Amino acid sequence: MTVPALEACHLKLVWEDLAVAEDISLHVDEGEIVCLVGRSGCGKTTLFHALAGLEKPAEGTVLLHGENITGVPGRVSYMLQKDLLLPSRTILGNAMLPLILRGIDRDEARARARDLFATFGLSGTEDLWPSQLSGGMRQRAALLRTYLMDNDVVLLDEPFSALDAITRVELRRWFAGMARELGLSALVITHDIDEAVDLGSRIYLLDGNPMQGSVSHLIAEAPVDAQDRGAAKAAVGALLGLA
Amino acid sequence: MHPSHKKRVVPAVAVASLLVMWQAACLFGLIPAFMLPSPLNVMAALLGDAPLIASHTLTTLAEAAIGLAIGVVLGFALAVLMERFETFYLAVQPLITLSQTVPTIAIAPLLVLWLGYGILPKIVLIVLTTFFPVAVSLADGFRSVDRDIVDLMRTMNASDLQIFRYAKLPAAAEQFFSGLKISATYAIVSAVIAEWLGGASGLGVYMTRVRKSFSYDKMFASIAVISALSLALMKLVGLLEHICIPWKQIERIES
Ligand SMILES: Nc1ncnc2c1ncn2[C@@H]1O[C@H](COP(=O)(O)OP(=O)(O)OP(=O)(O)O)[C@@H](O)[C@H]1O
Ligand SMILES: [Mg+2]
Repeated sequence: MTVPALEACHLKLVWEDLAVAEDISLHVDEGEIVCLVGRSGCGKTTLFHALAGLEKPAEGTVLLHGENITGVPGRVSYMLQKDLLLPSRTILGNAMLPLILRGIDRDEARARARDLFATFGLSGTEDLWPSQLSGGMRQRAALLRTYLMDNDVVLLDEPFSALDAITRVELRRWFAGMARELGLSALVITHDIDEAVDLGSRIYLLDGNPMQGSVSHLIAEAPVDAQDRGAAKAAVGALLGLA
Repeated sequence: MHPSHKKRVVPAVAVASLLVMWQAACLFGLIPAFMLPSPLNVMAALLGDAPLIASHTLTTLAEAAIGLAIGVVLGFALAVLMERFETFYLAVQPLITLSQTVPTIAIAPLLVLWLGYGILPKIVLIVLTTFFPVAVSLADGFRSVDRDIVDLMRTMNASDLQIFRYAKLPAAAEQFFSGLKISATYAIVSAVIAEWLGGASGLGVYMTRVRKSFSYDKMFASIAVISALSLALMKLVGLLEHICIPWKQIERIES
């Protein structure tokens, strides 16, 4: 039996005193892209904070290739809901930040980051400030920075949400190809069911409304048949009561 | 008119017309000349006494520079401690605010009594007035950092020092320079106030001397110099800001 790249076992999540989600178990296999969908406020970001080790879950464990990393930050790469580029650093400066923070020599960090600008469709933006980039370019820069955190498991919180429909489809196709090429395992939050069936090989559905006192649970895990994405979309829609 | 020209021309014209009106008022004898000298008289006094005024100005500038430098360093240190230790922040915040309600003019004589007529009471007064805007603007600036950026940096295994250097310090830069501009003008004013109360040299000393001989024109000349010094210092800080936070320039142009 192969060990999943990332596995969550029976997580219970609280935010301040609010019980947000309970009994969350999920896994992402090596080289797999999995999507997580759910209504606004159901606790997706809270779950990612726990998986990334920023917040210790009230109960349960997080395993990375079988190793317990519960509450330990820095082991999986995490791209937060906003692009969060540092306004005080150029795009190159932002991209190389994870390398600098690890104590890698500046010249070496610069060279490594620079080499990836073409791959991430960012050529020519090296010396610009974040405010000079379009939303799509900023997302790409944030993705590059996330990639340079050098973990094989990445968590992406609505990575394409700030984009228009066309750029969004383009960027996620590009991302899927690149993730395959680089051998990443990814868990991606999205609000968009089209995006989920397009990107994921499986989809987790988180449902509940913690603010109204109903704790969220994973209500289903839907495999996506690459030959019949329409069926997967209909199934997910039905589960969320959208049909 | 192009908006960017308008921004320069309108204030310049306003200042110029005020000067012209003042000159006219003096010319037509609306105000007795011995009470309010005309701008041209002031200019003449300034030129006539230029070498003396220059040497006094140098003293005042030196005091202001030393005091401001110490004030900025202290303000910075205080802000870092406030950032680092929540309890310290809560304890110190009201104390600094309280200390600022004590007017400079009221403590200056005390400082002279305690510390004499040398440069020390001047420096102490300047430090007391300049550290506050720096400390408060920096402390607020550090706190203005986006929580999510701190979280993001934690997922990159950043140390507290790295989070400070790469996220909090740049986040505070703009507010720091606003604070520094205020401190720079306080530095000059405090130096002059301290000099009024005694000393061998400085613009404040010069003012008290010419006051004794009722030389209104020379008094106005020194006021003009003090104004010009404050303005120049603010410009200098603006220039420094321009160099230190280039990204803000770009953001302003973009928006
Ligand atoms: N930093 C926070 N500030 C305010 N509320 C929070 C915060 N973190 C969690 N919560 C609460 O926890 C619950 C889950 O929030 P979370 O941000 O995880 O939802 P989400 O599924 O990511 O929503 P969205 O799709 O809108 O991003 C919400 O009910 C919210 O009130
Ligand atoms: Mg969220």
